[in-house]
Amino acid sequence: MSLFSVFEISSSAMTAQSQRMNVTASNMANADSVSGPDGQPYRAKQVVFETMARNAGDIGGVRVAAVVEDAAPLRLEYQPNHPLADAQGYVSMPNVEPVHEMVNMISASRSYQANIEVMDSSKQLLLRTLTLGEG
Amino acid sequence: MIDKLSSALNFHQEVLNLRQERLQVLAGNIANADTPNFKARDFDFGAELSRVMSQGREQPLALSTTSTLHAAGQAEGFVGVHDLRYRVPDQPSLDGNTVDMDRERAHFADNSVRYQASLTILNAMIQDLRTAMQPE
Repeated sequence: MSLFSVFEISSSAMTAQSQRMNVTASNMANADSVSGPDGQPYRAKQVVFETMARNAGDIGGVRVAAVVEDAAPLRLEYQPNHPLADAQGYVSMPNVEPVHEMVNMISASRSYQANIEVMDSSKQLLLRTLTLGEG
Repeated sequence: MIDKLSSALNFHQEVLNLRQERLQVLAGNIANADTPNFKARDFDFGAELSRVMSQGREQPLALSTTSTLHAAGQAEGFVGVHDLRYRVPDQPSLDGNTVDMDRERAHFADNSVRYQASLTILNAMIQDLRTAMQPE
């Protein structure tokens, strides 16, 4: 109803984008994790964004609806001396694509910046509105 | 006397209100720049302004109350605009999102400058009225 809801919209987007950055960081960090708590290799994760508007005609912010695992097949590497190698000498490596992750990270940080700018200009407008009639 | 004062400032008040609504719509577009299937939206400022000036502001959908003791409720996420439209994308993306970040940011900057212009004009008008009220 007011300029304050712009803060709400932008901050929801910033939260969502930083969560996307977190997921990307986790993927990058685990690009070579051959074994997780469940004994399986790490699988790349992706966030799913969803708009917060209730009806088609409304506007709203954004939220992370789910964090899904990438269904791409695991990368097989031939390392016969590896302790986790199978009978043929192959080790299942995570399906993380470093190039995808870099692109995702850049896109997330750009969107984050854009939302900060929106917030910043709204703040200036709000402050100027507060001084209406003075001077 | 007082209604003359308020009618003098009424136009720019409505302008500021609509500018603020548009700011919100554009902020929503920018926030949803990466949301699949999100469609960017905007409205025709001139058309909305003339509609508001002739018919008054758009009211939010309110909860109907049958007793004075009932708590009033209003629809959330309401946009005070009669005719919110979808933007025609220049380069539609594969995930169904039609937000063009450059375009939205340009509109956002344009809208904030015009908001500030209205504020400045309003300030000047208030200043004029004050000057007129000064005793000699």
